[in-house]
Amino acid sequence: MAAKAARKPKTNTEAYLRMYRQMARIRTFEDNANQLYLSAKMPGLTHMYSGQEAVAVGICEALKDSDYITSTHRGHGHCVAKGADFKEMFCELLGKEEGYCRGKGGSMHIADQSHGNLGANAIVGGSTGIATGAAFSAKYLKTGSVAVCFFGDGATAQGLLYEAMNMAALWKLPVIYACENNGYSEYTRTEEIAAGSLTARAEAFGIEAFKVDGQDVLAVNELARALVARCRKGEGPFFVELETYRHHGHHVGDINRTYYRSREEEEDWKRNRDPIVNFGKWLTAQKIVTAAELAAIDSEVKADAEAAVNYALEARYPDADQVTRHVYMEAT
Amino acid sequence: MREITLSQAVNEAIAEELRRDPAVFLIGEDVAEAGTPFKVLSGLVEEFGTERIVDTPISEPGFMGLAVGAAMTGCRPVVDLMFGDFLFLIMDQLCNQAAKTHYMSGGKLNVPLVVRTNLGATRRSAAQHSQSLHALVAHIPGLKVALPSSAYEAKGLLKTAIRDENPVVIFEDKLMYNDKAPVPEEDYLIPFGKAAVLREGRDVTLVATSSMVQVCLKAADLLAADGLSAEVIDPRTIVPLDEETILASVKKTGRAVVVDEGHQNYGVTAEIASRIADKAFYHLDAPVQRIGAMDVPVPFSPALEDLTVPTPDSVANRARGLCRGEI
Repeated sequence: MAAKAARKPKTNTEAYLRMYRQMARIRTFEDNANQLYLSAKMPGLTHMYSGQEAVAVGICEALKDSDYITSTHRGHGHCVAKGADFKEMFCELLGKEEGYCRGKGGSMHIADQSHGNLGANAIVGGSTGIATGAAFSAKYLKTGSVAVCFFGDGATAQGLLYEAMNMAALWKLPVIYACENNGYSEYTRTEEIAAGSLTARAEAFGIEAFKVDGQDVLAVNELARALVARCRKGEGPFFVELETYRHHGHHVGDINRTYYRSREEEEDWKRNRDPIVNFGKWLTAQKIVTAAELAAIDSEVKADAEAAVNYALEARYPDADQVTRHVYMEAT
Repeated sequence: MREITLSQAVNEAIAEELRRDPAVFLIGEDVAEAGTPFKVLSGLVEEFGTERIVDTPISEPGFMGLAVGAAMTGCRPVVDLMFGDFLFLIMDQLCNQAAKTHYMSGGKLNVPLVVRTNLGATRRSAAQHSQSLHALVAHIPGLKVALPSSAYEAKGLLKTAIRDENPVVIFEDKLMYNDKAPVPEEDYLIPFGKAAVLREGRDVTLVATSSMVQVCLKAADLLAADGLSAEVIDPRTIVPLDEETILASVKKTGRAVVVDEGHQNYGVTAEIASRIADKAFYHLDAPVQRIGAMDVPVPFSPALEDLTVPTPDSVANRARGLCRGEI
């Protein structure tokens, strides 16, 4: 089933601007994270979400703090979209004490339980059971919460996803499986790793499945709002395939990638299908905002990010005694 | 005190915890009407319904992952893993997810769940239904590992496990399900990290886990007939491990044999023996001995399978040799 966005501007200017700002925040966060990595100020490895912003924002804007998400190794976007602050995020990326995970998780495990983000996961498909379990507990404890499981096309090759979807369908759990198909499973084209149709796989379990343009934040948001509402009424689970594109390589060090992806293709997506640029154009064309107002948002976001980066660079590393903390939770 | 079987003790522990805390639920394959192949859970679904005694498809990684997510969001799942051998199927969810979540989140998330499973050979079930794999999970920081050796311990340790804020794997000896022991009717907990001295002795310390406790108690009887006095220590949990009680005993006896049904290579016996050697070396009169299961896949033929596990005779022989200065 293909979902189309309502093209008419509504009165909810505030919601539109918030979506624009959130997408701009993700892009800016990633631009800064990339720079930190390239200038050797950031340890480890990281995976850029740039290009996929409309997916995280379109979905998370349909959720409340009490709803859950599980995220992936490409998880900064989900974390920002679910409400996280730059300061704690940059501190986490740099391994600092004030990070969301006190510097113990890093880019690939960033979690923000205060906004319902149960964490990024460095095992591809590793969180599909966890999201399903969060939906199980929402139903079991009757909290009314909904869980969204973000995963990439690569994770559709993991068996766990199908075990989890089977149980979610059997037990009518309030979970949305959000498959961000960015066309590449690490360094391999998705059509080389995925047989048949991804949505048909969900449909085989009796799960209603949708395909949506993941570059169109309004289309994503409209579908997400409808599915979240239906989940709350006990009509879940659902599966959504979001067609999207990652601007960068698989990880920040994946520079020479023409062997699997052409420069022309990258340019085409960046020039013609950038979710932020296109949404900005639409907002101005509809006279919802002026270009100057958008530019003001952009510079505000940039200044926020710059301040957060500077704060994180100066922030303290955890004390050595923290290395043995949190292996086990003490009884309360 | 009334005597009940280990199976009944487990059933009682789960029923009591389900009554006490609505966040507790039980999930696994054929746990409801079937009550598991060992019938350990019989009757629970009648009292608690299928909402809390949840039958799953045969999808171990799937329901393990689901339990991790449920535990992170306010529930306290008890996962029934039908055979310990199926641990290999759930390793990612148990070891990469459940075990690390609290640490990776800087203490902000936690995973209070229990995996109930079993160990033990000599049931003629061959290589994929007979393994004792507790060392495998004991290796992973973030998991706790309990090894009850009687109905009394099975109930008290399981109740403690369900109330723990961390992921706990508890292994029952599947050959002991029908063994009876005195079990209090009132609520009781057995603390983790506190070993039990089951028999006091002077000449040698037998450190025995789970299925090997009865083996070592019988070995101690055999040794007594030879005039040798063996102390038998049951650690009850191997993570956390009560080093103190073990070391105090070895310092008294000067000799130690560590017996465990896991494979001997890189196993529980190696860990405990090395701690004794490290921390009680100058009190030892003889090298620390260890006896595990043979390092072979568990064979089907009774003629072969019985050779693979420690027995009262093999333990007594080793301890006797140790006491007589023959080793």
